[in-house]
Amino acid sequence: MKRLCALLLCSVLLISSIPVSASAAGGSINVYNWGQYISDGSDGYIDVNKAFTEKTGIQVNYMTFDSNESMYTKLKTGGSTYDVIIPSDYMIAKLISEGMLEKLDYSNIPNYRYIDKAYRDQAYDPKNEYSVPYTWGTVGVIYNSKYVDEEDVGSWDLLWNPKYSGKILMFDNPRDAFAIGELKLGYSLNTEDKDDLRNASYELIQQKPLVQAYVMDQIFDKMEREEAWIAPYYAGDYLLMAEENPDLKFFFPEEGFNLFIDACCIPKGCQNKEGAEAYINFLCSPEISGENLDYLGYSTPISKAKDFMDPDISASDIAYPTEETLANGQSFLNLSVEANHEMDALWLQVKTQGGVDSYAVWSMIALVVLLIAYLIFRQIRRKRRIAARCARWKTDSRD
Amino acid sequence: MKTFQRSFTYLVLLFLYIPMLVLAVASFNAGTDPAVWKGFTLHNYSELFADGVLLPMLLNSVIIAVLSSLIATVLGTMACLGMHDMKPRLRNMYMTVTNIPMTNPDIVTGVSLALLFAFAGTLLKMKSVLGFTTLLIAHVTFSLPYIIMSVLPKLSQMDPDLQEAAMDLGCTPRQAFFKVVLHEIMPGVISGALMAFTMSLDDFVISYFVYGPKFVTLPVEIYNYTKKPLQPKIYALFTLLFMVILLVMIIMTVLEAKDEKQQSQRRIAFRGRRKRKEVEG
Repeated sequence: MKRLCALLLCSVLLISSIPVSASAAGGSINVYNWGQYISDGSDGYIDVNKAFTEKTGIQVNYMTFDSNESMYTKLKTGGSTYDVIIPSDYMIAKLISEGMLEKLDYSNIPNYRYIDKAYRDQAYDPKNEYSVPYTWGTVGVIYNSKYVDEEDVGSWDLLWNPKYSGKILMFDNPRDAFAIGELKLGYSLNTEDKDDLRNASYELIQQKPLVQAYVMDQIFDKMEREEAWIAPYYAGDYLLMAEENPDLKFFFPEEGFNLFIDACCIPKGCQNKEGAEAYINFLCSPEISGENLDYLGYSTPISKAKDFMDPDISASDIAYPTEETLANGQSFLNLSVEANHEMDALWLQVKTQGGVDSYAVWSMIALVVLLIAYLIFRQIRRKRRIAARCARWKTDSRD
Repeated sequence: MKTFQRSFTYLVLLFLYIPMLVLAVASFNAGTDPAVWKGFTLHNYSELFADGVLLPMLLNSVIIAVLSSLIATVLGTMACLGMHDMKPRLRNMYMTVTNIPMTNPDIVTGVSLALLFAFAGTLLKMKSVLGFTTLLIAHVTFSLPYIIMSVLPKLSQMDPDLQEAAMDLGCTPRQAFFKVVLHEIMPGVISGALMAFTMSLDDFVISYFVYGPKFVTLPVEIYNYTKKPLQPKIYALFTLLFMVILLVMIIMTVLEAKDEKQQSQRRIAFRGRRKRKEVEG
């Protein structure tokens, strides 16, 4: 029996060590990226990771996250190391300020020269010491031209227009939602001033009666099915929606809009920095970037890559707005902890203000009251029955 | 009243199964929008089987589920043998202790395991400790209570004289275990293993905290699909997963029913023999 157990445990250990040793042999890198954020060979597009392994012989262990914040937690918890991560602008600023990123060695990333000037040296990483842009995109307003008058279009005020009450959708996360309120009031997207934040939250509270729902991914279905007519969302996703429903249109609000950049970085503690830099270099080659982003639908920071893309997308002035329009864009920076708390608290106020939530509470209370009433009723009935039985028993025994 | 009761049962069943039904219907829908029926198609399934990302993930999930349920079954059965020989008071205490992880919130188990692994990693000077092994250890950990829960009652139900009788007839203790005891508790072992398999296959929360870059399971990967809307082939995948679980559950119920029947027959036979003896005596 003992020998059997030992054998079993040994075999388990053996099996578990195989995948590790196999991948370590040819050199490997751990890549940590957003889910569904790379062309993976489906629908006839390129499989980027496979192409990289074929070219360099370096294995790619690919892992995904669902938000910047969950990636940050995983990095902080430890227990695993990553060679390349692809977070968004404000998270990169945060990682830099906490000293969690390695400086890049640009002699290993010659393809950096293809990156357009417009996307270099952004506020989140002023000298591009730590990050190389992967994709970028904008947030604008999507509307259905069948129902929305062209004269109302052009400004964030459209989302506050009572004419379209009940047909407006809104972001379901504080940072994006507050950005819209701040832009409407003419504030900076990165304001930490408490009064500014409070005023932005008042705007959102005023808007609430007009809003059909606070959503993220459901925007696709709701807009395509024309359940809603107006929604702020990412330009890249608008292009996908417009394929399903050609009545959908898009505009960049005149007050300004959010411009986001997701960029490749190398975190401290990486195991294979040269492999990581080779991977970043590979992603920056115009051909790969073009084919990859053709699949993703987001915009490429490399003008040369457009030669390898579907001309419909690369010519679209929504995916690639003019420089004049782009100058109106602002990117997110990392907010201080206090400002983040303040924003979360205010967002909670916006979300709990009046409306559906109080219905839920009242119906809960009503249910509980009904339940208690029923229980009391049962108790009384039982007592009565027992009393009746006792009475019967008494009369029976008397007979 | 009776019709009301019956319809209430159906209502509860409907309530339980309608989400799965919607998913299954959506997986056969020709359009991408689950709310609009655009005709029957198997296209989603063919696309799923041509997919180069989801299928390896599914294979990973199955590998983990099979290995972890096997290991947990062996370990759990061994633990049960030990617990069975304890004094009742100590055994009850052990039962409570092993049952706690089952009711413990998954997220607590997940975070504490992740911390433990990270801690062990720094002790062993291994930076990249999370991976296949940690995932397997975690899955074995949360499967164990289910095995113990289903094997221990079988051991107590077993006639304690059987093992002694086998040894009286010349078995070594090991032979007695493999030939008699294991045979008796087999239904419990199998149903425990199946339970562990299903728990491991669909676990998300614990896996989410302990998976590493080299080995990712399906539920974790799907959770991160936030950059694009869900594709209909994922509905097809979930429908298949649900069918697998359903099949396992059906096998489990059939096995249990068979076992019960056998036991009742044996009881009848036993009683009959005793009666005959009484008559003859």
